[in-house]
Amino acid sequence: MIELVDVHKAFGANTVLTGVNLTLRKGRSMVIIGGSGTGKSVLLKCVLGLVQPDKGAISVDGSDVTNLRQGTPERDAFLARFGMLFQGSALFDSLPVWQNVAFRLLRGSLKKPRAEAREIAADKLRRVGLSPDVADLFPAELSGGMQKRVGLARAIATEPEIIFFDEPTTGLDPIMAGVINDLIRGIASEMGSTAMTITHDMSSVRAIADEVAMLHDGMIQWTGPAGEMDSSGDPCVAQFIAGSAEGPIKTVR
Amino acid sequence: MNALAIIGRAVLAMLAAIGRVTLFAIDTVSHLGRPPYYPREFAQALVQIGYFSLPVVGLTTIFTGGALALQIYAGGARFSAEAVVPQIVAIGMVRELGPVLVGLMIAARVTSSIAAEIATMKVTEQIDALITLSTNPAKYLTLPRVLAATVVMPFLVGVGDIIGIMGGYLVGVERLGFNAGTYLRNTIDFLEPLDVVSSLAKAAVFGFLAALMGCYFGMRSGRGAQGVGRATKGAVVAASVLILAANFVLTELFFSA
Repeated sequence: MIELVDVHKAFGANTVLTGVNLTLRKGRSMVIIGGSGTGKSVLLKCVLGLVQPDKGAISVDGSDVTNLRQGTPERDAFLARFGMLFQGSALFDSLPVWQNVAFRLLRGSLKKPRAEAREIAADKLRRVGLSPDVADLFPAELSGGMQKRVGLARAIATEPEIIFFDEPTTGLDPIMAGVINDLIRGIASEMGSTAMTITHDMSSVRAIADEVAMLHDGMIQWTGPAGEMDSSGDPCVAQFIAGSAEGPIKTVR
Repeated sequence: MNALAIIGRAVLAMLAAIGRVTLFAIDTVSHLGRPPYYPREFAQALVQIGYFSLPVVGLTTIFTGGALALQIYAGGARFSAEAVVPQIVAIGMVRELGPVLVGLMIAARVTSSIAAEIATMKVTEQIDALITLSTNPAKYLTLPRVLAATVVMPFLVGVGDIIGIMGGYLVGVERLGFNAGTYLRNTIDFLEPLDVVSSLAKAAVFGFLAALMGCYFGMRSGRGAQGVGRATKGAVVAASVLILAANFVLTELFFSA
């Protein structure tokens, strides 16, 4: 279970999060929606410790992870439970595809023999619908959709308990977006992982979410099961679903 | 009053930058004693920084050695001291020009590429991705590059010193009419161990500074293409200036008697 209590974050004069409270139960898939630049990515990065919150507490399975110092065994153990798919895939372009996927398996505490790591990488690539031929290509040789798939394969390579998806469908055509959504849904449920996705793509929300949370003005405005989203009664959620210019979410940001 | 405020702000900013760079350097070096290590990355950095820099180092020093011989010959002729060409070429290349020119070429070739690569990784969230994959960027990216540059630079400068002297030798023998055997004899007899030691020690320091600046500016890169550009420019300028400043300090240390 991931729990955020009163999380604040500002970058200089620019306040991003002003008291986020959010609970994500084990094995559930939560999607956080909100306009561009509302701090969705910052929220994810706070949980992962890539960004330090100014105030508030974040706990995973009851243990406080807000101020884990980098390089400590506790932080390594914490990170080993996570997988993350980055918005731009963030593949290492100096490494071939299979070494990207098997990155964690080639070094550090989860190190495995090279041949075995390669085998696992090929297996994960197959799982995300890529043929073994791409294993020796470099990320720059792949299309955007294939890069997303490789990023997804890397995120699931060590079968993490918790997976974060940062804008998984941004920049993809609707068909490829649908494929990625299905993969995320399928993988999360077959691995039993807890998933947290941030997106502003409503088709993603409907395909992936068990629960939905609306982030606006630095706070969670509404949270509830995906099925109740359309009748939430929250003006932000209603405006977001309708894609309307009228409502509490300003169109000039 | 206003002028004082501007000066004060500039001084404070400079002190803060020196502090940040110092902390970055200490943090980098401290990882030497703390596993995990990444030997594959270190080996790659050795090849990238060392082996692939050899052509640049050779071209830079051979022309400089040749020009040096011509200048010393012309200058020496003014007081009938043409014969000192071998000695002065040797001492000039080994003590000063070898380490400084190779250092500056490494700043141009290696610092820029390190800064641009790491800055691009930062901008495209690859650094964040490294962290989420339980890999410390300081251990995986910075330490291998800084260590490789520090280790390999003395070899590069040693090669550069020799090629520079050979440049002077070629010009001296082919163009200025020196006897080949005498030229080499004079060079070897004149050089002292301290000359060579100082050259290689300078090289190690310059290599450290060049790679450190590339990593430092890359890690602090701002967003977008402009951020990468700024980081690269800042890294090359800082590395060049630091190399020249360190050269003065080291020369003072080694040779002020």
